Amino acid sequence: MSKEIVRFSHVSMQFPGTLANDDISLSIYEGEVFALVGENGAGKSTLMNLLYGLHQPTLGEITIDGQPAGSQHSPERAMQMGVSMVHQHFKLVPSFTVAQNILLGHEPKKWGLFYDSKKANETVRKLSETYGLEVDPEHVVRDLSIGLQQRVEILKALRTGAKVLILDEPTAVLTAQETEELFSVIRRIVREKNMTVIMITHRLPEVMQISDRVGVMRRGRMIDVLNTAETSEQAISSLMVGRDVIFDDLRTEQESGEEMLVIRDLRANNDRLLPALRGVSLTVHAGEIVGVCGVEGNGQTELSECIMGMREQAGGQVLLGGKDISRLQPREIREMGVSFIPEDRLSTGVDQKSSISENLALGKHRTKEFSLLGVHLRRGRVKKYAQQLEKQFDIRCAGVDEPVQSLSGGNVQKVVIAREFSFETPVLVICQPTRGVDIGAIEFIHERIIEKRNQGCAILLISADLDELFRLSDTLVTLYDGQITGRFKAGEITMEEIGFYMLGAKQQEHKEA
Amino acid sequence: MGDIFNVLLLQNTLRTATPVVLAALGCLMTQHVNITNIGIDGMMLIGAFFAVLGSYFFGSWAAGLALTILIGVVLGLFYYVFVIKFGSDEFIIGVALNIFAGGLTVFLLRTIFQVKGSFSDPAIVPLPTIRIPFLEGIPVLGALLSGNTLLVYVSWILVVVMWALVYKTPLGIHLRAAGEYPEALTACGRSPQKMKCLASVMCGILSCVAGAHLSLGYLTMFTENMSASRGYVAFACVIFGRGNPLIVFLAALLFGFIDALGLRLQKHIPSDLTAMAPYLVTVVMMVVVVLWERRKKRVALKRAA
Repeated sequence: MSKEIVRFSHVSMQFPGTLANDDISLSIYEGEVFALVGENGAGKSTLMNLLYGLHQPTLGEITIDGQPAGSQHSPERAMQMGVSMVHQHFKLVPSFTVAQNILLGHEPKKWGLFYDSKKANETVRKLSETYGLEVDPEHVVRDLSIGLQQRVEILKALRTGAKVLILDEPTAVLTAQETEELFSVIRRIVREKNMTVIMITHRLPEVMQISDRVGVMRRGRMIDVLNTAETSEQAISSLMVGRDVIFDDLRTEQESGEEMLVIRDLRANNDRLLPALRGVSLTVHAGEIVGVCGVEGNGQTELSECIMGMREQAGGQVLLGGKDISRLQPREIREMGVSFIPEDRLSTGVDQKSSISENLALGKHRTKEFSLLGVHLRRGRVKKYAQQLEKQFDIRCAGVDEPVQSLSGGNVQKVVIAREFSFETPVLVICQPTRGVDIGAIEFIHERIIEKRNQGCAILLISADLDELFRLSDTLVTLYDGQITGRFKAGEITMEEIGFYMLGAKQQEHKEA
Repeated sequence: MGDIFNVLLLQNTLRTATPVVLAALGCLMTQHVNITNIGIDGMMLIGAFFAVLGSYFFGSWAAGLALTILIGVVLGLFYYVFVIKFGSDEFIIGVALNIFAGGLTVFLLRTIFQVKGSFSDPAIVPLPTIRIPFLEGIPVLGALLSGNTLLVYVSWILVVVMWALVYKTPLGIHLRAAGEYPEALTACGRSPQKMKCLASVMCGILSCVAGAHLSLGYLTMFTENMSASRGYVAFACVIFGRGNPLIVFLAALLFGFIDALGLRLQKHIPSDLTAMAPYLVTVVMMVVVVLWERRKKRVALKRAA
């Protein structure tokens, strides 16, 4: 076995109220890709923040390349000792060039006063060559794709000659192809530079694909460390949640009912005023889940926004139970019987600064039950109602009066789902219901969605997760470049096959379904 | 027409533009660190008052200038502490500062100088006028470039200095990073707060110096509300020039030109109308910015499509 580069010995981290890391001992070796998995709140990020010096461990010791990190550990010291971290949210200035961003705070100077852009570009070019990470130092970051921005961020982390690179959920924002590129970069720096990469992730297929070893965390403890080659996704996921997770088919046979949501030849533009939907037609029946598959950015966002009245339509119709809702306001559409789980839960799904109870009562706050004459909120009733939903939907929080921003991602999503499902509307539009949500919560959310279907709701499910779509949908449609390229009944098509339709390589002849 | 369009008009343009230029240079510093400082007008007014006060009591323009710079530092720190440290609304603090400035100067005018409306006295030493003999021989240009007051020249130098500072130095890069994406600056171990403090103090100093030019350069007196909303015009110039000192300078010159033109047109047109001109131009300028940006966006989209 190669040289040990990082060692945690009996490390514990106590935050007020929670033991985030509980007696963790772990060795990570030079030249390996180590994946760190676990549910939300299992303590993965905390452990990495300790290594990167953002916090001091309460107990125990961290050793980097034989040197103890000590009590003066800080991000600066971590970098000096060869540990760099790429955060989930990039820390790049959009209007600056690649070189300005990478060298921010360490700009080369000309005559001791001026920024030397020639030298800066040269430095970055060399850095980029050294690691085989191709970027143009003169490009403005704003114009780069997310994948390239991440590459800039990685170069920034490598600038000081890091030996250990920590990546915090690096693939969460990437497309399939960008993920592939990132992985080849990881493989290259590990092979050629003998670097160590520690990657926090939620996605088990990626763990299997890229890592040499995988550490599974649960409730602050390191449950097990496995050699990836000797384990399976099933084994890892049951370790993560502490029981077997069987992602079996939840659907029951059911006759689908009448047409509830009908979309005819819908056209719309995206935010950049380019056509995003080019004549989409689809129908959702009562008691049916229609899953929309597609690579992100092919019109999914615009489709959901058009249905909900949040985006101007350029043509076509949206019919709800036979009535045209194309020109109505979101509130009117909701009152007519559509609930909506938006894809971006933090900006559209909740008001982060308001309390959990206020968020749960949103949309009902004008009803007689919760308001006096429509002006005064009856807080007592709101709270009682919220506590009921908190139990029913297993929202894990310190209390319903806490602001939503204190919750973890999975629990925020539960708040959104609890609120939207409680409207008891006949139609549901659900976008990315389990993005960034841990396995335990995914199971719960899926069960709730199926429950709604079995009660006779018409559900339009938009997701980037094929497993999810195949598991839940009765009908699958593929959306490519703003057009429906295929329609299939569940079981009619395989995941491999549907990929061709999602990428526009194949297209069905008939347009109506 | 000859009595309107002549060298004197251009000379007046430079003189009326200078306070706007100075204030706008201050304002663009805060703009770059993403603070919308509309308190510039108040800072100018207070600066104008203390410049007169210093010059009158110490009998020297330098003392007036020094005092106004000191007051500028205090006002900049005041603004920084309330807006950044305590997180108050920048708009409210700006408005409060403007109202406070109006009240404070009137109050001090009455208690210190026992006058109402305005204060002028032979003991107030104005800013020196600088002649550049070898330029005076050139027709038109000579009359423009020579014989201006000190701060006119200072403002020209500062335009170039500020441009270099903002776009060509690491400090400028850090300033802009602090405004656009402070997390990036924090991540590399620098403090966005420090940058905001620096920008706020520089804005205070430059705004107050702009005021000093009004009361010791342009005129030799202090009048109630003599800033006459030039701070807001400076703000508009900064938005128009998107914080680029060179374009901001040109915008301020345009304002100065319209202002000077308005004064000369008073012979022919009622002064109430001509006084509106600079502010009308400001409105037009802002509309132009919006239309221009829309067009640019459309062109960019076409290229992308």
